[in-house]
This record gives sequence, C-alpha cells and structure tokens, in this order.
Amino acid sequence: MEMILVFVLILASFLGFELISKVPSQLHTPLMSGSNAISGITVVGAILSLAGTFVVEGEVVRIVLGTLSVFFATINVVGGYMVTDRMLSMFTVAKKEDQHD
Amino acid sequence: MINDTIINLLYILAAILFIVGLKMLGNAQKARQGNLISALGMLIAILAALVSHDVLQWQWIAIGMIAGAIVGAVAARLVAMTAMPEMVALFNGFGGAASLLVGWSEYHRYVTVGDFMEVSVPSLLIIIVTIVIGGATFTGSIMAWGKLSEKLPSKAIQYPGQQLVNALLLIFLLGTTVLFGPLRELMSMNSYWLVIITIVLSCILGISFVIPIGGGDMPVVISLLNSFSGMAACAAGFVITNNVLIVAGALVGSSGIILTNIMCKSMNRNLTNVLFSGFGSGKSKTGAGFQGEANPVSVEDAYFMLEAAGSVLIVPGYGMAVAQAQHAIQELAAQLEENGAEVNFAIHPVAGRMPGHMNVLLAEANVPYEQLKEMDDVNPTIESVDVVIVIGANDVVNPAARTDEDSPIYGMPVIDVDKARTVIVMKRSLNPGFAGIDNPLFFNDNTRMLFGDAKKTTQGLVAEFKD
Repeated sequence: MEMILVFVLILASFLGFELISKVPSQLHTPLMSGSNAISGITVVGAILSLAGTFVVEGEVVRIVLGTLSVFFATINVVGGYMVTDRMLSMFTVAKKEDQHD
Repeated sequence: MINDTIINLLYILAAILFIVGLKMLGNAQKARQGNLISALGMLIAILAALVSHDVLQWQWIAIGMIAGAIVGAVAARLVAMTAMPEMVALFNGFGGAASLLVGWSEYHRYVTVGDFMEVSVPSLLIIIVTIVIGGATFTGSIMAWGKLSEKLPSKAIQYPGQQLVNALLLIFLLGTTVLFGPLRELMSMNSYWLVIITIVLSCILGISFVIPIGGGDMPVVISLLNSFSGMAACAAGFVITNNVLIVAGALVGSSGIILTNIMCKSMNRNLTNVLFSGFGSGKSKTGAGFQGEANPVSVEDAYFMLEAAGSVLIVPGYGMAVAQAQHAIQELAAQLEENGAEVNFAIHPVAGRMPGHMNVLLAEANVPYEQLKEMDDVNPTIESVDVVIVIGANDVVNPAARTDEDSPIYGMPVIDVDKARTVIVMKRSLNPGFAGIDNPLFFNDNTRMLFGDAKKTTQGLVAEFKD
C-alpha cells in the first residue's frame, strides 16, 4: 500500500518536471499562481481530518485544527484560482482587441 | 457512503484535470481555460472528499470553507495588479499552514484516540515531515509577502553566524523527523512537547531562511516556496493516505522546482547563490565610482526628443507598477504611434517582482500583445532605436552587469539600453533600485533623467502630444 503511494509520488514528480519545460516568461507569474492554487489540494486533507465522530475528550483540539486548516486551504484554493483567472483574463482581453483591429 | 472505487475514480479524474490544466497554463492561448480546468478538478476533488465519509463534522467544514472562500475571493478581487506577487506569496503561505495543521491534527488523533505506540514509524515520520515543510512554507511565505509589500525591510538581513543557526535548526528538525518514531517510547508523555517544539522551530526556520535574502530575489523565493507548499500537500497526502493529494502535491512540487530554475537562469544565477549569498545586503564596491553628472531633462524637452523619434522602445520595471503608470504609458505609446513612431515594449524576464509581472500590467492597460518583446529579441537591434524610455526599471538595464566584474549583478543578462541612441530614464531620484545596486547608466552622455513620479511625468508627455 505505502509502496504504491511512493510509486505514485515518483511518477507524478517526473510528470511535473516534464510539464513545465518550455513556458514563455510572461506566463511565469500566472503559472506560479495557478500551480499555487493546485497546492491548495490540501483542503481535501483538511476536510478528511474532520471525518468521523468526535466524541473522545481532547478532540476539540482536532476540531479547531481541522476547521482552521479547512479555512486556510480554502483561502489558498479560492484566492489562488481567482487571482490567476484575473491575471489571465487581461491577456485574453488584450489579444481579442488585437484581432478586431 | 459512496463506494470507495467511485471516490477514487473521482480523485483520478481530478488529478487528470490538474495535469491537463497545468499543461495548458504554459500556453498563452489556452492558459485561462487551463486554469478553469484545474479549478474544476479541485471542485471534483473537494466534492469527492465531502461524500467519501458517512460522518463528517459538517458544520465545522462549512464554517471553514465559507469563511475561507469569502476571504480568498475578496482578497483576489480587491488586490491591485501591482500587488499580485505578494498576494500569491500570502495564499501560498496559507496552503503551507493548512498542511501543517492537517499533520498536527492527525498526530493529535494518534495520541488521543488510537494507541499511540501502535502507530507505524513511517506514519510518524511523514507527519513530522508535513509539519516541518508546512510550517517553514507558512512563515517563509509570510516573510516574502512582508518584504514584497515593504511591510518589512526588503533588504537582506544578515547577522554573524546566520548560516550556523540555520544549519543547526535544520539538523535539529531532521533529527526529530528521523528519530521521532523510533524513540517515542523513551519520550512517552513528552512526545507532544517535542511536536510543539518542532512546529515552532519549523516556523522559525521559514523566517530565518527568507530573512537573509534580498527583496530583489523574492520571485525566486516565492517560486521555491510554492514548490514547498506542493511538497507539504504531498506529505499530507501520505499522512492520510490519499492519492489526489500526493499527485497534485508532487506535480506542484516538481513543476515549482523547474520554474524556480528557469527564473534563476534568467538572472544568470544559481539557486544556492540566491539562497545563501545575501544578495543586496552590502553596497556595491564600485559605488563610489559613479559620482558622475546626471543630465536632468524637463518634460517639454523629453517631448521634443520623443516627437522627433522614429522608433521608441519602452522598458518598464517595478517603478511603473508602484506609480500605477501602466495606463498612462499605454496612452503615451498610442500617441507616439499616431505620431508615426514604431513603438515596442521590452520586457526583461525578471522585471518587476515576478516574471511576467510587467506583461500582466501592460495587458491590463490594453497594450497589444505583439508590442511586448522579450529581451533577446530587442538586444540585437537596440543600436538602431532612437529613444529608449526606461520607466521604473533599474537593475534590468544596468550596463554594469556587462562591464563591471565587481558588480553583484555582473553576468546577469540585461537589456542593453545604453547602446541605443538616446535613453530617457523616468525615476523618482538617483537612488539605487530594489536590489540596492548603483547604476552607471544614469550618468551616461546619452542618458537623460526625467525625475518625478512616473505616472505624472508620462501624463505630462501625453498632454504635450495632445497640444
């Protein structure tokens, strides 16, 4: 089980190396911002950390930690995607106007 | 509860969408679509997580998500385009914090619910890894945000023995990471304290890692921290044995390293150099050599120079962003074109606080995409340019990078504006730029200094053209 996950990790890492080889420099910022949004995937981990019944004493701590992590990760996800979209929308607008000229 | 297989298929679908989205983000035509595809992947992953368990702490998840979505959306909407880099740094820091909290929460579960001694050594190891990377990413990103937004001094802050302190921190954290599992029986009840100390020290590591790096290098640091936050998410994926976290985290982790490397290359430096040299902490040794006479010029005279020019090249830098002059400069470019001049913008790969920062701002101001030229395209023909307008750029046009071996930026590719017929430099004063390096360009015979706020000066020039 664990080994399969390591396998997945290694393949995904190589895929990441290959994906970003030739990127025009003007796209570096949106790319960084867009991949930053993807790293907000930890929101899934945050949600799952709040799975199950919380009855045992001391689990208040886990509710606090879980809620905070959902909060932070959601900022990362929502903010990240929206900021990236805002940046990229400007590229698109500029280009469309060129075509009309 | 929905079947595990279906949940996993949804996770795979999300992972595919991330991969396709990232790939498209590297292509100018498809980038926006790519971002939406990756966002769709995120939505699917979140929904799959929400339906994967019968019992969830719904109310707390809802509170966290709604509050986070509001904060994220408002911040993303309100942030000025000029402040984009620090916003990305901040978002990135929150991602790191979230990973840290996931690791901590899982550790707490082991301690309170399960039999702590039964937990496998690799599980504990990976929890500590998640905490360390997440914590360092969190505070490191906050520092980068502070430096970029100039809430903290942007200069490199160094103190004696800094490397040693960092090395000791790192050794301690590595030691804890590796030994925590095997030694937990010896520590028994005290292990929680060790985890708290680890959290605190990882946060300190993030700070002390970024503090000695000058503000000019922050883009590289943000890119690296972005990669770290991917690794933190990936580690969190191992903690809760979740494929989609591992895949997405690894994608961000490795692609972030590549992007960091590309950025370093465009500054002609390597990563070790950026991280450990304390770039911009001291003054250039040759600083005293540039006490020449700068030639100031009035808006009116600059107008006459521009009016007579057949070709104009505009080189923007972070100063343009600070002065919010991108719309004014677009207007000036339009006026110059109307006047019959050929107008282009030369964008240095690291102009601004992030690569592509200038492109985003100029695109916002509706500067046509074809007018944005890369450094390598303009340099070969720069001798034939009549007038170069340098607006708020400094280090990226510093000829010392070519000529002065003692300059800290020696060897960095720059836009050779000093080779053009005339150069107009719009600048607030003769102070050195963000990286704190003197610029002999300002004292060249063919350079004219147009002092003042870049936006106002540009508007003044536009007004002259309209008269």
